[in-house]
Amino acid sequence: MAKETGVLKEACVVIDAEECKACYLCVHHCPQQVIEVSEGINRKGFHPARYKGTGCTGCGICFYACPEPSAITVYRKGAVKQ
Amino acid sequence: MASKILKKPDSFFESFSRRSGPDKVSTHYCPGCGHGVLHKLIAEAADDLGIQDRCVFINPVGCSVFAYFYLDFGNIQVAHGRAPAVATAVKRVHPHAIVISYQGDGDLAAIGGNNILQAANRGENITVFFVNNAIYGMTGGQLAPTSLIGQRTATTPRGRSAENDGYPMRVCELLATLEGPTYIERTSLRTPKLTQKTRKAIRKALQYQMENRGFSLVEILSPCPTGWKVDPVKSLDWMEQQLEAYFQLGVFKDVGDERPAKADPERDLWSANYGTAIDLPTDLDAKLPEASPAPKYRNPSLKIAGFGGQGVLLLGYTLAEAGMLSGYHVTWIPSYGPEMRGGTANCQVGISEERIGSPIVSNPSVLIATNLPSMDRFEPEIREGGLLLYDRSLIDRKPNRTDIESIAIPATSVADELGNSRAANMVMLGAYIGKTGLLSRESVMEALDLVIKRKNLIDLNIKAIDKGIEYGRGAR
Repeated sequence: MAKETGVLKEACVVIDAEECKACYLCVHHCPQQVIEVSEGINRKGFHPARYKGTGCTGCGICFYACPEPSAITVYRKGAVKQ
Repeated sequence: MASKILKKPDSFFESFSRRSGPDKVSTHYCPGCGHGVLHKLIAEAADDLGIQDRCVFINPVGCSVFAYFYLDFGNIQVAHGRAPAVATAVKRVHPHAIVISYQGDGDLAAIGGNNILQAANRGENITVFFVNNAIYGMTGGQLAPTSLIGQRTATTPRGRSAENDGYPMRVCELLATLEGPTYIERTSLRTPKLTQKTRKAIRKALQYQMENRGFSLVEILSPCPTGWKVDPVKSLDWMEQQLEAYFQLGVFKDVGDERPAKADPERDLWSANYGTAIDLPTDLDAKLPEASPAPKYRNPSLKIAGFGGQGVLLLGYTLAEAGMLSGYHVTWIPSYGPEMRGGTANCQVGISEERIGSPIVSNPSVLIATNLPSMDRFEPEIREGGLLLYDRSLIDRKPNRTDIESIAIPATSVADELGNSRAANMVMLGAYIGKTGLLSRESVMEALDLVIKRKNLIDLNIKAIDKGIEYGRGAR
């Protein structure tokens, strides 16, 4: 998970591991292939998807692929992150 | 894309109260389900179009039955397949509302097949999002009207056969043959590119409704990995090779240009004073009768019951009409069996100084009973301190309740003396207004003129009402 705060110099995706139901549509669709399946297990019993930490372009494809309303948040370059 | 942050749209509730556990942010949808993506696209569109407060979302029966836990719109959950009918009603009563009928393939194409046909044919100014995943998801993966030939489902374990089960129904193509619809498109959620097309189609359909251009339907081919028994990523292959091969994507009808945008009659009303502008005209109170009845008789919920043919429905209707003429809010619901004569009949009437939330009267404050079975059945339901009027000529017992006010009127005998026993209903009506003073004699006379079709009977009815008023006043 990206740790930046303030005005972002690079885009990043934040995936809430607890909300992930492991459909992996984000992993499948990510054009940069910067989302992977993590080894850990969340409280739902799934191996959640995880951002590799670098390489996100902020295209938003994963956001629109993810069926959960708030599991994925995409911050584009220049976004202000709290 | 202007937004710097892509996050949960504001048109979602902040937390979802569907489950009792600590998890208040997840939906109930299965992994890889298309519903969640669609909800997101719709919520985002509502944010961007600035219509969240105007949206009324019609929740169907099916997996998306619980959409009202997620989408922060006005929500109504309706009977299976009836979403277009309810959407029609909401839209006609609230033309400024953006009414969204959200339906699956079982709901829309099977049980609600005729509902969608008729709404489309009328060109209702509503937006329908038709989620086609070619299967009944919620009930466990049974054959749907849109299931493909050869598709294995719980009810076609050897695959759908055209001989036995018919062919998959192409709803867009079917509806596009009608004059009524303005915009019909089929899209898919299979790839990011197609999802963006869906996103655009959703916005266009909503935009058309905002501009009063008429009926829009977007069919969305949507994955159901659970129902199809494949993993979510593999479900995309099946969509490409099978589903999209049979259900061609594209715009089947778009005559938006021929149906130019129309002004919204309520728009100014809403924008001027949102939240109060849709309330009553303020001169309403002025129209209410000056002499108001005793507090216990104000804002009554009435049940009027008897045999079919006794005129109980007309009694209630006349009261409601007179109430309306007097400036009250009124409701009237008849309830009767198949018999025109001799069955039991009753109606529920509300007469109120304020808007009436529900027209259903389960515990009446007033019961007018014109036969024994009705009194037996409904007497226990009267509210404490309520009022019972019954036809003493036909009911040979006294009321059991002691916590209510009751008046016996020899209505049928009185009407008989006036020359026609069938005017007993008007004697009861007269007795009610004479007792309570809720409605003036004049308003009832005016109403009579509107509701009695055979004008030669009006005189008789007037006499009956006047007789009733005497009895009613006598019982004060």
